[in-house]
Amino acid sequence: MNKKILLVDDEHEFVQTLAQRLKLRGYEVSTALSGEDCLEIFSSNPFDLVVLDLMMPGMSGLEVLAGLKRLEKSIPVILLTGHGSTKEGMEGMKLGAADYLMKPLDINQLTEKMEEILK
Amino acid sequence: MKKTFMNNFFYFFKTPPEHIRRPYRYVRMRRSIAFLFMVITIVPLTIMAGINYHQYRESLKKEITTPVFSLVNDIRYAFEIFIEERLSTIRFISNAYSDEDLKNPDTLKKIFRALKHEFDGFVDIGMINSSGILESYAGPYSLLGKDYSQQDSFKEVKVRGSYISDVFLGFRKFPHIIYAVERMTDDGKSWYLRATIDTKKYEELVNSIELGIESDAFLVNKDKILQTSSRYYGKILEKCTLDIPDVVNGTFVKELKDPSGKEVIAGFSNVHSDYIFVLVKPKSVILKSWYTLKSEMFFILGVSIIIIVIASIRLSNLVTNRIKTADERRETALKELQHTQKLSSIGRLAAGVAHEINNPLAIINEKAGLMNDIISFSKDFELKDEFLKHNQSIINSVSRCRSITHRLLGFARRFDINFEKLDVNSIVKEVLGFLEKEASYRQVELVLNLNPELPQVFSDKGQVQQVFLNLLTNAMAAVENGGKIEITSYYISDKKMVGIDFKDNGYGMSEDVKKHIFDPFFTTKQGKGTGLGLSITYGIVKKLKGKISFESRENLGTTFTILLPEEETYESMSEEE
Repeated sequence: MNKKILLVDDEHEFVQTLAQRLKLRGYEVSTALSGEDCLEIFSSNPFDLVVLDLMMPGMSGLEVLAGLKRLEKSIPVILLTGHGSTKEGMEGMKLGAADYLMKPLDINQLTEKMEEILK
Repeated sequence: MKKTFMNNFFYFFKTPPEHIRRPYRYVRMRRSIAFLFMVITIVPLTIMAGINYHQYRESLKKEITTPVFSLVNDIRYAFEIFIEERLSTIRFISNAYSDEDLKNPDTLKKIFRALKHEFDGFVDIGMINSSGILESYAGPYSLLGKDYSQQDSFKEVKVRGSYISDVFLGFRKFPHIIYAVERMTDDGKSWYLRATIDTKKYEELVNSIELGIESDAFLVNKDKILQTSSRYYGKILEKCTLDIPDVVNGTFVKELKDPSGKEVIAGFSNVHSDYIFVLVKPKSVILKSWYTLKSEMFFILGVSIIIIVIASIRLSNLVTNRIKTADERRETALKELQHTQKLSSIGRLAAGVAHEINNPLAIINEKAGLMNDIISFSKDFELKDEFLKHNQSIINSVSRCRSITHRLLGFARRFDINFEKLDVNSIVKEVLGFLEKEASYRQVELVLNLNPELPQVFSDKGQVQQVFLNLLTNAMAAVENGGKIEITSYYISDKKMVGIDFKDNGYGMSEDVKKHIFDPFFTTKQGKGTGLGLSITYGIVKKLKGKISFESRENLGTTFTILLPEEETYESMSEEE
């Protein structure tokens, strides 16, 4: 049974490419281009893990994270940050994120983290 | 005149414009402080010394005149007793003996011997009949039968009943005086008893005073003819050269100048209404102690003034140096703040660039990664390894870029916002500290309406400081000298935000300017500004999750309003990113 991943980022190209790569690695991937989309999709479909970009227009990553946790407290979330700063990452961890990674990503690092969490 | 002086004076304590600053500013400050210290110490000291001097001189004068007065009085009594004693003796003789008795030369000689034995100074005694002829005489000269009828003494005794003559040389060629009394015979004829007295006794009386150096004492008659010898004011029977008042009633003391120009204190006293006794003491001798005291006083005053001058100069140096150090410290702090702000601006710029590049970089990374994946998962084909190799080099390059952007972001992070609980009012006061001097020099009125019950805000101190400093610097530039800047802090409870208004009554902004004030590189300060101040301010306020707005009317002034959140919030966080 393939694991269901929800990938959230406002950059269409980024989301699509990363989704394709994850699919190649055997995951079932859905994508969302905004926080609002993400919460909508998440509320009507079950997922095993969410990969969430922190910086998006509209709802910020941390707000989306809070929303996700409200919907399903145990959902593991990996945060992505392009800021280079670990501060937002730490804030996310406090709010219940499983981990955070910095963009540009190393795909192997991401999958390792995912496997570890989904074990 | 006074106002100008005060203005000039307080001018030193204000910050003058840059062009007359250091070192002149401190030289002038040093001078004015020293001057102030000297004025407030030397003036009262001198006034005190003056009052003391005056009072002491007055009391000393009294102390000096009192003994002169009593001495003059004592001598006068001595003279009066002397004269009265002899007059009463003559009167007694004239009453005790009849004219017949006295006509007898033996009786007269007996009386004369008794007189000489009992009293000093009797030279002779004689009896004159009503027609002025000396009828009987006892004494060393042969004056018997001499006619006195034409002499003043005879005329006066006839009128007054008794007579005391002035000192005169008479027949005998030495100074003497005559006492005479009139008596009546039983048959109504006048006769006169006349005695001559040696004035040596007068001299002795005068000399009985222990005269100090340069002092003088003598007797003059009503015509100011010397009756006893004087040390400085003429010989006996000559006119006294000292200026003696015409009318002398009783005893008094007077300060005057003698003919040689010497300042003297003179005591005058009326003796038996016939003579004036004069005692003269030079001021310089009497006032010797006064002069000593005076010079001591001047010496102490002088030394005090010198000490005050030295102390004032030292003190003003000390104060000025302290002020100078404080000024320098303040300037260093301002420079450091400005430097940090410059760096943080660069940091922000770098972070912005890095962040913008990071997103496309992530896409490149994923695309290259995907290509790698596709190639790896596809079957072997010609040049597969070549593709993989080139693709890997793209991924490696992205990785290099990533490390660069992360380093840039790391640099920017040094100026990252550190949120903490802050008291806005105290930050306002701190920032005002940088501008107070300029404000006081330019007489710009700074009005603070700070709400003391303001809740703390959750913000970054350095950034808030910069925002306030930028807005206040702009306000200072906008107002004329003597203008007004008002800072108001308040709490908006429904928004949970703290508001700070910076209101100036400067020249305001035109509609055109208003549209562009937050644009980078837009400036109205031709050649002076970078045009970054308000754009940076805008950026910071956004970053602090606050709000900035303004209202401005040309020639009326501008009000900038800053709202800062009271609590930690994620609202609008992404908006900025």
